[in-house]
Amino acid sequence: MSILVGRDTRVLVQGITGKEGTFHALRCKEYGTQVVGGVTPGKGGTTHEGFPVWNTVEEAVKASGADCALIFVPPAGAADAILEAADAGMPLIVCITEGVPVADMVKVKAALAGGPSRLIGPNCPGLITPGQAKIGIMPGHIHKVGGVGVVSRSGTLTYEVVHQLTRRDLGQSTCVGIGGDPVNGTSFIEVLRLFQDDPDTTAIMMIGEIGGTAEEEAAAFVRAHVTKPVVGFICGQTAPPGRRMGHAGAIIAGGKGTAAEKMRAMEAVGITTVKSPADMGATVARVLGKNGQKKG
Amino acid sequence: MKVHEYQAKALLREFGVPVPDGDVADTPARAREIAQRLGSRVVVKAQVHAGGRGKAGGIKLAADAAGAEAAASQILGMRLKTPQTPPEGIVVRSVWVERASAIERELYLSMTLDRTRATHVVMASPAGGMDIEDVAARTPEKIIREWTHPALGLADYQARRLAFGLGLAGEAFKQGVGLIRNLFRLYLAKDCSLVEINPLVVTTDGRVLALDAKLSFDDNALYRHQELVALRDVNEEDPLDVEASKYGLNYIKLDGNVGCMVNGAGLAMATMDIIKLAGGEPANFLDVGGGASPEQIENAFRILSSDPAVKAVFINVFGGILRCDRLAEGVIAAVRKLGLTMPVVVRMEGTNVELGRQMLAESGLALTSAEDMGVGATKVVALARGATRG
Repeated sequence: MSILVGRDTRVLVQGITGKEGTFHALRCKEYGTQVVGGVTPGKGGTTHEGFPVWNTVEEAVKASGADCALIFVPPAGAADAILEAADAGMPLIVCITEGVPVADMVKVKAALAGGPSRLIGPNCPGLITPGQAKIGIMPGHIHKVGGVGVVSRSGTLTYEVVHQLTRRDLGQSTCVGIGGDPVNGTSFIEVLRLFQDDPDTTAIMMIGEIGGTAEEEAAAFVRAHVTKPVVGFICGQTAPPGRRMGHAGAIIAGGKGTAAEKMRAMEAVGITTVKSPADMGATVARVLGKNGQKKG
Repeated sequence: MKVHEYQAKALLREFGVPVPDGDVADTPARAREIAQRLGSRVVVKAQVHAGGRGKAGGIKLAADAAGAEAAASQILGMRLKTPQTPPEGIVVRSVWVERASAIERELYLSMTLDRTRATHVVMASPAGGMDIEDVAARTPEKIIREWTHPALGLADYQARRLAFGLGLAGEAFKQGVGLIRNLFRLYLAKDCSLVEINPLVVTTDGRVLALDAKLSFDDNALYRHQELVALRDVNEEDPLDVEASKYGLNYIKLDGNVGCMVNGAGLAMATMDIIKLAGGEPANFLDVGGGASPEQIENAFRILSSDPAVKAVFINVFGGILRCDRLAEGVIAAVRKLGLTMPVVVRMEGTNVELGRQMLAESGLALTSAEDMGVGATKVVALARGATRG
């Protein structure tokens, strides 16, 4: 019934006393997520908006049994916050922070490799299993319990597709925002594998962006390992080369990473691609309505 | 962020990477003085943030100080047009005057991020002076790559392999290894997203020099490099991009006539795409961010509507944190304050959408609302066309 997070997930918010951390810790709790407290170095022992605060992640894990870190620490401290969560043995680390230097992420990714922690993000909206747990900044009310797994590099565009799905009465198993940075913790491939293995996910909606080759690699994985229907959209079909389109990772460099290339790679492996972002929900409905099989 | 060649060369020198002796000039007289000091043949190079300068007449060889002055007076103030500049070109405000080198061989060296491997890669090729994309396509065996260790960096044996691969020997080999190591030190220390030396040359007297230098930096890391922020040249950027960056807005000017205001980078790109699919052309990319205030929305509106090409505006907002009623408030205030007469199509969804729609409907302003982004795009493209004819 979903992937990565559910009603048993115990969330610790790093940077809970900041403006963003406070706001979203409360929204997550309202949704029904088990938010066990937070960490702000120097404010340990206090209570903030009803949440207990600890000085270190290690202490917090011991005291609360948290198994998921949700990070709102500003860019200069974000890499360190991820490392601290990993050091405390946190199985899942979700980093919302936008603007983490790429060189920091290269080191963090290497430090986490082979270890027990999975990182989602940075520069991502987080993830949500509708009806169970919202661990991130997405508006909870647009989601609906169901069988479509959503994985995306973008934030608001993910809300857009969720809205389109919900309006057609197509609920979601889990929605994962993997983030818009060039180096991130969890790739499309890892999320696709989880959706493929999740008995309650019946179809997968994948939203990519220009820049890099993550979508091409995901397409190769779909060909070899995914039997569930996959619908894909790539934004940035009209983006000019050499310009960073908001996200650090969304840039067409050296003529590589165009939307057209990515759409072709997806189509070549039988992923149903969507030309217009207004048709994402309708396409999933069509693919699921006609048959439950992958379309050629 | 990009910097000029003369700024890049100063950084190279600071990190012990040899570059030809030279200096920057913003008048022909100053160029003459520099050439006089150098006392040799010189190269006068236009300083703009774009490649392809040589073919466009932005680089000239001069035999002496008088020649340097003449070359500088031709280049300074010219509107340089290369495949990498905007169609109208960029005005040249300064030139770099350097000692001309007697070149024996031209090589290529660059450093950047390999996204797939999530680490830094150093690339070298004995086929210097050419477009590296062409080399990669035609003769991929001529490119040598060394992926660096994420924590340990570039090992000495890797620097040696690169230098051997470049065909360097003897004294030039030693210089090459040192240069590669120092350049990688610069790449890491300054959070570069790209360092490209094309060409790296071996001179006839056996020296290894960076003849050109292209540096760009990770924008996310600029907070820890105030020394680099000071090198920013806003003359090289679109004035509207510069204005938007003052208000924390992510704006990129494009060539179309439909202005776009969107929250979130992915949705902003998707909005541009859907305008194109509806038969129009987006005038800009604009991400107002997740928690935009009414002031930011007003500034965003002012900036995108000050582009004279814009004939109609499409607002596409999925309000999560950004509530639709606050968006409506910002839009109404902006349209009133700026006295905007061009058509505006608003598509909004999410938190407090009913209240937001009601506010727009009751504002008495000529705002067209659209229930989804497909309908909104069709409407705004039609309105932009009508406005163009009228």
